[in-house]
Amino acid sequence: MSEVIRLENVWVKYGDIVVLEDINLSIYEYDFLGIIGPNGGGKTTLLKVILGLIKPTRGKVTVLGDTPEESRRYVGYVPQVTLFDREFPATVLDVVLMGRLGRKGILGRYGKEDLKVAYEALESVEMLELKDRRVGELSGGQLQRVLLARALVTDPKILLLDEPTASVDEPTKTNLYELLKKINNKVTIVLVSHDMGVISSYVEKIACLNRRLFYHGSPEMEGRAVEETYQCPIYLIAHGFPHRVLKKHKRSK
Amino acid sequence: MILWEALQYEFMRNALLAGILASIACGIVGALVVVRKMSMISGGISHAAFGGIGLGYLLGFDPLYGALAFTTASAVIMGFIRERMGISEDSAIGIIWVTGMSLGVILIGLSPGYAPDLFSYLFGSILAVPSSDLIVMAVLDAVILVVVYFLYEEFLAVSFDEDFAKASGVPTERVYLILLSLVALTVVILIRVVGVILVIAMLTVPAVTAWQFSRRLNEIMLLSSILSIIFTVEGLWLSYIFNIPSGATIVLVSVVTFLLASALKKIF
Repeated sequence: MSEVIRLENVWVKYGDIVVLEDINLSIYEYDFLGIIGPNGGGKTTLLKVILGLIKPTRGKVTVLGDTPEESRRYVGYVPQVTLFDREFPATVLDVVLMGRLGRKGILGRYGKEDLKVAYEALESVEMLELKDRRVGELSGGQLQRVLLARALVTDPKILLLDEPTASVDEPTKTNLYELLKKINNKVTIVLVSHDMGVISSYVEKIACLNRRLFYHGSPEMEGRAVEETYQCPIYLIAHGFPHRVLKKHKRSK
Repeated sequence: MILWEALQYEFMRNALLAGILASIACGIVGALVVVRKMSMISGGISHAAFGGIGLGYLLGFDPLYGALAFTTASAVIMGFIRERMGISEDSAIGIIWVTGMSLGVILIGLSPGYAPDLFSYLFGSILAVPSSDLIVMAVLDAVILVVVYFLYEEFLAVSFDEDFAKASGVPTERVYLILLSLVALTVVILIRVVGVILVIAMLTVPAVTAWQFSRRLNEIMLLSSILSIIFTVEGLWLSYIFNIPSGATIVLVSVVTFLLASALKKIF
């Protein structure tokens, strides 16, 4: 299997604050990688480094054998839902079409092909019926699906998802992962989340990130790695209270 | 009735035409400004215009051209500060805002004689718009319409999610710079109507009012242009009847309508 993303000794600093420290990571074609870690652990930064939105202070990033900027158009990005202005004046279809912007050229307009692809993507995430709905009227889970559709219309080889299960209820969560599983047949998926309860049952490989990347391999919860990431005892996780892990971690600071 | 009577005068017809031309610009660009949350940047750019007005006085050319040069320059500087320098956008706005105003005051002070229509640049004088200015306004309107026609999708995407737009290959820095330049043009158009100090009102109030009743960006653009025409005519009419300053009246009419609309929206 070929390597699609490679990070070598990547450091990111904001001023004096080290956000990512000496990250080494290889991701292979059709991987389904889950990266877990506490809030503020650098998960979003890592995705943005892979997208070329943030330049590493040190180290080398290779995506599909090229620089992140060059490979951007093969990478689909699903940012965190919570970042959006819910009053924003755009419909579901408007938002999904944004995924086609890079293709139409700056002065061009959307064509029939763009619409067709957008409809197909909305169909695949079961949101076609709501295509004329204003995005602000959607639930968190629905907006998540719309953002996923927007990433899919770019026809990506790699899909990056940031906290896709935040603000989503349990049944929707399961649906979302089933959908990702299907997409994974053709697309490499990297997903970051602090919610490892769900992550572990669907992803094939798991890594832990808290400034440093601790572990990378199959998802049998490797106690020591998780412990080091969250800096708290493993039994909390084994008992199935992933959120308590976070609370514990904050208190210990 | 009184309005028709008033329209027999050329200055009234010019005022109405100026109001309509300004409304087209401030409806379209105002929609982009509020959706992108850049009303303070617009405030900075509009106050910077005063420096150019002062330069016009000093060197004896139409102050409106000076304003155009200064707003465009400050738009470009603002864009670069955001992308390249370590200063926060907020501070940059403050600095550009006061630099433009102070330069204006000094340049006017250096100009020989008394500056007769200075007040009209500060607070607008829609009743004294010469026909030559109407042509400038119409040309700027046309530029704005063409640019927004071609870049509508980019503006929408960049306002909604800049990271994603960048990641999917939109030259976001250039798009932002163009957007700032549109604000610069609109400010020049609006100076005649409400003046440097109140420009920010016309860029925000009609658009925010329209936003409450729109689902899409293009609906906000259309509705806020229409609202802005109504506000201008209404303000003009009231100022004519009561013999009060027109620019400030137009702004207050807009604000009152906005408050009423918000209250209605809450109730229903």
